[in-house]
Amino acid sequence: MRVALIMTIDLTDQFTTETASDIDALFAGRTAPEDFDTLTALESEAIHIFREVAGEFERPVIMFSGGKDSTVLLHLAIKAFWPAPMPFPVLHVDTGHNLPEVLEFRDRLVEKHGLRLVVASVEDYLADGRLQERPDGIRNPLQIQPLLDAIADNRFDAVFGGARRDEERARAKERIFSLRDAFGQWDPKRQRPELWNLYNGRHAPGEHVRVFPLSNFTELDIWRYIAREDIALASLYYAHEREVFHRDGMWMTPGPWGGPDEGSPLQTKSVRYRTVGDGSTTGAVLSDAADNQAILDELTVSRLTERGATRGDDRVSEAAMEDRKRQGYF
Amino acid sequence: MSTETTAQPDLLRLATAGSVDDGKSTLVGRLLYDTKSVLADQIDAVTRASVDRGLATPDLSLLVDGLRAEREQGITIDVAYRYFATPSRTFVLADTPGHVQYTRNTVSGASTAQLVVLLVDARNGVVAQTRRHAAVLALLGVPRLVLAVNKIDLVDDAAAVYRDIAAEFAELTASLGWDPSAVQSIPVSALHGDNVAVRSENTPYYSGPTLIEHLESVPVDAEPDTVGLRFPVQYVIRPRTPEHPDYRGYAGQVAVGTARVGDPVVALPSGVRSTIGRIDTADGPLDAAQPGRSVTIVLADDIDVSRGDVISSVGDAPTPVREFAATVCWLAERPLRTGARVLVKHGTQTVQAIVDTVESRFDEQALAVAPAPEELGLNDIGLVHLRTAGELPVDDYRASRRSGSFLLIDPASGNTLSAGLVGNALEAVRTVAGQPA
Repeated sequence: MRVALIMTIDLTDQFTTETASDIDALFAGRTAPEDFDTLTALESEAIHIFREVAGEFERPVIMFSGGKDSTVLLHLAIKAFWPAPMPFPVLHVDTGHNLPEVLEFRDRLVEKHGLRLVVASVEDYLADGRLQERPDGIRNPLQIQPLLDAIADNRFDAVFGGARRDEERARAKERIFSLRDAFGQWDPKRQRPELWNLYNGRHAPGEHVRVFPLSNFTELDIWRYIAREDIALASLYYAHEREVFHRDGMWMTPGPWGGPDEGSPLQTKSVRYRTVGDGSTTGAVLSDAADNQAILDELTVSRLTERGATRGDDRVSEAAMEDRKRQGYF
Repeated sequence: MSTETTAQPDLLRLATAGSVDDGKSTLVGRLLYDTKSVLADQIDAVTRASVDRGLATPDLSLLVDGLRAEREQGITIDVAYRYFATPSRTFVLADTPGHVQYTRNTVSGASTAQLVVLLVDARNGVVAQTRRHAAVLALLGVPRLVLAVNKIDLVDDAAAVYRDIAAEFAELTASLGWDPSAVQSIPVSALHGDNVAVRSENTPYYSGPTLIEHLESVPVDAEPDTVGLRFPVQYVIRPRTPEHPDYRGYAGQVAVGTARVGDPVVALPSGVRSTIGRIDTADGPLDAAQPGRSVTIVLADDIDVSRGDVISSVGDAPTPVREFAATVCWLAERPLRTGARVLVKHGTQTVQAIVDTVESRFDEQALAVAPAPEELGLNDIGLVHLRTAGELPVDDYRASRRSGSFLLIDPASGNTLSAGLVGNALEAVRTVAGQPA
C-alpha cells in the first residue's frame, strides 16, 4: 500500500484562466542558466521544498508580509509549479500598523498573480477585545494569536514562512520542516533530525508544520537573487526622501504608533528600509541606494545586520526571538 | 589545491565534528570572524551579554549558541547552521554539538555535507571520539575530510606532534576507505587564528593551504557518480489551461546522474520505458540537468507516472524490491526491536514496513560489530532487514548517498526514528573494526 498519494488541486477554486496566462507572461523570454551556481542551487532547494509540501500536505498556505523575503518566497513558489498556477493561497497578518506602501504592494501582487488572500487582522482583535494594546504600543507580539487562529480556522497544515537562518541565533537552530503543536509552539529541544533532503511532514490533527524554503539564503543571497530575477519589491526598500524622526537609534516613520517624539522633531532624510515589519518596531536606515546594484554595494560594506539595524523587537532581551518562536511566532 | 580545469561550483556544504573541549565553537567563531561574517551589532550584543555575566572578555561562544538553555549551560544542544562567504565561494556550515551522546547530531549534520572538518586537540591527538566520528563519517560516505589539529600553539615540538597526528589520521582514514587526496590535515590555533584565514609564522614545518584556502579550492563535485539518472517524481504538473491543455510534466529534483533530452528512461516501479522529451524550468528549457537541480521532465510517451515513482536511466535501473538489508543510525529514545512496524520514506515515496530482524550492532566504543543484539537504542548503529508493503527502487548507499538513503518514521507519533542506509554500509568500517561486519 502506498501511503503518500498525489494531491489533486482544484484549480477552479482559486484561480481563473486569466491567471494562468499571466504566469506565462511572467517568465516569457527568459533563458535558464546552464551554470549550477549558488543562486540556482538555493533556488532548486527552495523549489524542491515547495513541491514536497504540495505533494504531502492537504492545505498549505504562504505567509506573506509584503517584505522582501516573502516576495522572494512567492516568486519561487510560482516558479516551482510553472506552467501551472501556484496551488497555495497567501496569508497576511495585518497588524494595522503597516506602512501604506506595504499594503499597496500586497494588493498589487495579489491582483497580478490572481492569488487568494487570507487576512488575519490585529485591528479586529483589538476592536472586539480579544487583544489589548500593549503599553509600549508594539504590535509585533500581538500577531501571534490572529496568526494561530487563522491557521486553525482555515485548517492550514503547512505554513510557509520566509525566515532565514542567518537572521538570528535562534533561527539558526530552526529546521526546514518545523513541527508546531496545537498551540503553535516551537520546542527547540524536541526537533526532528533533518537528514539528507528527506523532509518528514507527518503531524497529528491540530498540529501543523512551518516550512522555511529560504532557510539557507543569506540577506546578500536574497538581494543577489532579487537583482538576478528582477523581482519587484515594495518601494520603501529603495532610497527615497521621507519625513522621519529618531527613536532608539532608528529612523522611524510617524504613524498610528506615534511620533514625532518630543525632542526628536521630523526631519526629511534619504532613507530606505532593510526589513518590513510593524511600523512601530521597524526603522529605516539612512541610504542613497536607489536600485538593486546600489543596495548590493551598500550591504557588502555594512557593519550592521538587518535586524540589529532596524528591528526594535529583537533588542528586548537576549532570547527575544526564541521566546516569540516558542509562543507560536514564525 | 585543485588541479581540475572545470569551473568549481561556488557553494560548499560542510559540517564540523569533534569532541567537546577541542575548541570547535572557537573555530566556528574564528571562521565567521575572519570572513567578516560577524557584524558589529552581533559583536556588541555578545559584549553586552558577557559584561552582564561579569566576564572580563567577550565570550564568543555566545555568538553561536542561540538557545537559552545553551547559554545557561554553556554547551551546544542542537545543530545550527552558519553562513559565511569569501570572494570565491559561499559556505553553509552545519555546526554540530560534540558530546559523545549526540551522535544523532553528527549524523544529521554530516548527511548533506560535502566536507567535514574534524577537530582534535593537539595535546590529545587522535582519541576514541575521533575514531568514532571518522567511522560514522565513513559510514555516511562524506566525500572529503579536513583534520584540524587545534591548539597547536599549546604543544612543545609542534612539528613532531603535528606530523605524528597527521600520520595516524591518514592511516585511520585510509583504512576507512578515503583516498589520501580527499583528506587534508592542517595545524591551527582557532584562538589565535593561526592557519585559519592567515598563514602562520609559527608553523614553518607546514607548507599546505590555510583552512580557508583549502575550503575555497577543494573540488566539491567529488561525489562518486556510480549510478545513472535517478529522478524521484515529486509532483505531477498539469495546468489544464487554454495555453497548456495537455501539458503533463513530472516535477522533481535530480537526485543522481544527469537528465538529458533524448535519453531513454524507465519509470519505476512500473518498468515502463520512454524518452526524455523536454526538461522544463520557468526560465525556459534545458538540454541537461545535473544533480541537485529542480526541473520538470516531460516524457515523449504518455505513460502513467505519479508522485513516489522514480524516473531512471535504462542501463542500470535498480530492481524494485520488497525486502532489503539496511544500516540504520537509531535516533530515537524508543528502542528498535525485531517485528517493529515503521514507515520507510525513500525519495518521494513513503511505505509501511516491518523490521524482520535486527542482525548486528556496531559497537562504537570497541569499533567492533556484535551480532544479534536484542535491540538498537538511541545513537546505536546496526544492520537490519526490512520488509516493505510496496516496491522500492533502492540503490546501495555506497553507490549513491541520495538514492540509497531513507528515513524510518514512527507511524504513531510521526517522529523520525532513524537514518537509513540501504545495504551493509557497515562493511565500509570493517577494517577499522578489525573483523567482518
